[in-house]
Amino acid sequence: MNRLASAKPWLLSGPALLLFLVFLLIPLVMTFLLSFNSFSFYGGIEESYGLGNYIEILSDSYFYEIFLRTFLIALGTTILCVLLGVPEAYILLRMRPFARSLMLLVVLGPLLISVVVRTLGWSILLGNKGVINEFLIRLDLISSPVKMLYTSGGIVVALVHVMIPFMIIAVWAALQRRDASAEQAAESLGASPVKVFTRIVLPQAMPGILSGSLIVFSLSASAFATPAILGGRRIKVISTTVYDEFLNTLNWPLGAAIAVLLLVSVLVIMLSWNRLVEKRYSGVFE
Amino acid sequence: MSFLEIKALTKRFFDMTAVDDFSLSVERGEFVSLLGPSGCGKTTTLQMIAGFEDPSSGSIILNGRNLSKVPARKRGLGIVFQTYALFPHMTVEQNVAFGLEMRGISGDDRRQKIANALDLVKLSHLAKRFPKAMSGGQRQRVALARALVIEPELLLLDEPLSNLDAKLREEMQLELRRIQQDAGVTTLLVTHDQSEAMALSDRIAVMQNGRLMQIGTPFDTYESPKSSFISNFLGKSNCLDARLISTGDDGAKLDVNGIQITGPAVNLLPGKVLISLRPERIDIVDSAEGVLPARVLERIFLGDQWLFRLETTIGNLLVVRRNRGRREAEPGETVHIAWLPEHLRILPQSQENVA
Repeated sequence: MNRLASAKPWLLSGPALLLFLVFLLIPLVMTFLLSFNSFSFYGGIEESYGLGNYIEILSDSYFYEIFLRTFLIALGTTILCVLLGVPEAYILLRMRPFARSLMLLVVLGPLLISVVVRTLGWSILLGNKGVINEFLIRLDLISSPVKMLYTSGGIVVALVHVMIPFMIIAVWAALQRRDASAEQAAESLGASPVKVFTRIVLPQAMPGILSGSLIVFSLSASAFATPAILGGRRIKVISTTVYDEFLNTLNWPLGAAIAVLLLVSVLVIMLSWNRLVEKRYSGVFE
Repeated sequence: MSFLEIKALTKRFFDMTAVDDFSLSVERGEFVSLLGPSGCGKTTTLQMIAGFEDPSSGSIILNGRNLSKVPARKRGLGIVFQTYALFPHMTVEQNVAFGLEMRGISGDDRRQKIANALDLVKLSHLAKRFPKAMSGGQRQRVALARALVIEPELLLLDEPLSNLDAKLREEMQLELRRIQQDAGVTTLLVTHDQSEAMALSDRIAVMQNGRLMQIGTPFDTYESPKSSFISNFLGKSNCLDARLISTGDDGAKLDVNGIQITGPAVNLLPGKVLISLRPERIDIVDSAEGVLPARVLERIFLGDQWLFRLETTIGNLLVVRRNRGRREAEPGETVHIAWLPEHLRILPQSQENVA
């Protein structure tokens, strides 16, 4: 009886644990092990273990460039999401209930559409003969098309489009807990609308902004479809490089090593960010 | 002209009139309560004075300054909200400093004013705390200090004590009155709690359905309610249907359910009226002195007093008796009750007849 009782939690969480083990832990461990194997063009993957792949990546400026580009794209996306998402969340919260649910649907829209369809839509807009360039040329604002497709900027714009719901939801959750009469109190004490926003609303949205940034940054750093379609062959990010190593050069061990490095660097950034947030905001909010 | 002059203030939301032709004059340093049940328009009135709602018509004049076109942030009023509305990300000190900062007051002057305000509410020792780590009563006092530090011409209190438990609420009532008098600030309190309004204010303005029904000192309002609504809202009251037979210099003659009783002279025409009698004005006496016999239906012990529900020939009556440590009548017992005719209030039948 007693043994059954103590086994119950394990039995109940068993299915989830099994799922976790089979679909997450085993592939991760195998990728990790694979990253220490070596590879030759004629012999394929060799059953030997060493740090060769890591040394190759860390000593090649080509990979440094890719890592740097990836994190800059993720950082740019995060910053734009903060700049656009925070005011958007505040405006949404102040809307009438009907307009609010309608606008929330618009905000969440990008998440409901297949990533490939959405990204192809962006390539139609951004291309040299795309809608935006054609429009600007017709208006005589520019004489030759501005290059937007196959640039980091194009990738950032499309990533912001899909990532911003995460930021809005995080900020929304933080702001919903607030006491809206604090804004009236600030107003009665002489604060202008700008001061109310910067001194009262923004600090209360901060925990949401920080957790939203975490989500947006990590998802952007490991995004695949958007940079693959909008970046083309030349603007490579980490995830597309991994893909190429696995499917084009067939150098699985090198691809695995890059994937492990991506995972580790995102983890390190997330954990240190999280510590910063907790240090700053523990004891302030209920 | 009074210090605060509210004239014919009206607020309509679509087809609903929240505040209807509300006029009120408040003298400098006075403490006035807007008392009424929820939905009576008292909070809307406060919001209009604060500048968070625009009146549909009417005017608000504070110290000779018409506030109609002045935005909330330039009215310079101190407001204490029901939820306290403290800034959670700032310490007590920073909360209090906010209003001074917005006014560009800095340095020693600011420090001095903050110290004085925290001293007034007795919170100097908690200046570095965050609101989260404080009790309800303490938060309440921070909110007061924050509102008073800007030396407002008018202090608005929106149900400031309703989130506190009963014991703390009593303490804070005394505290609030002391702080208001120390600061000497003209104060308008919005509340649905009649005991709070009576304990704190110089005058009470009773509101019902967006209209001002009666204004006067707590004592006058309690003693001479103008309608059965007010007599029931302020304290407990026995209200009975009656017929006014005649009224003259020697008092009024009434018929209640076939029983003849007398009351004070009134300025009403004979016919259907209401009579109101406070439970504490009815006495349980020896049979020789009694006006009416009564049977005890229920009794409730409240510590300092007993509450009886009695069945009489004129209807069921509530009676309150101070607990004097003696045996009191038990349910089922027959007792005799008496009251002084001048304690009877004769009110017009319908509230529309109130002048």
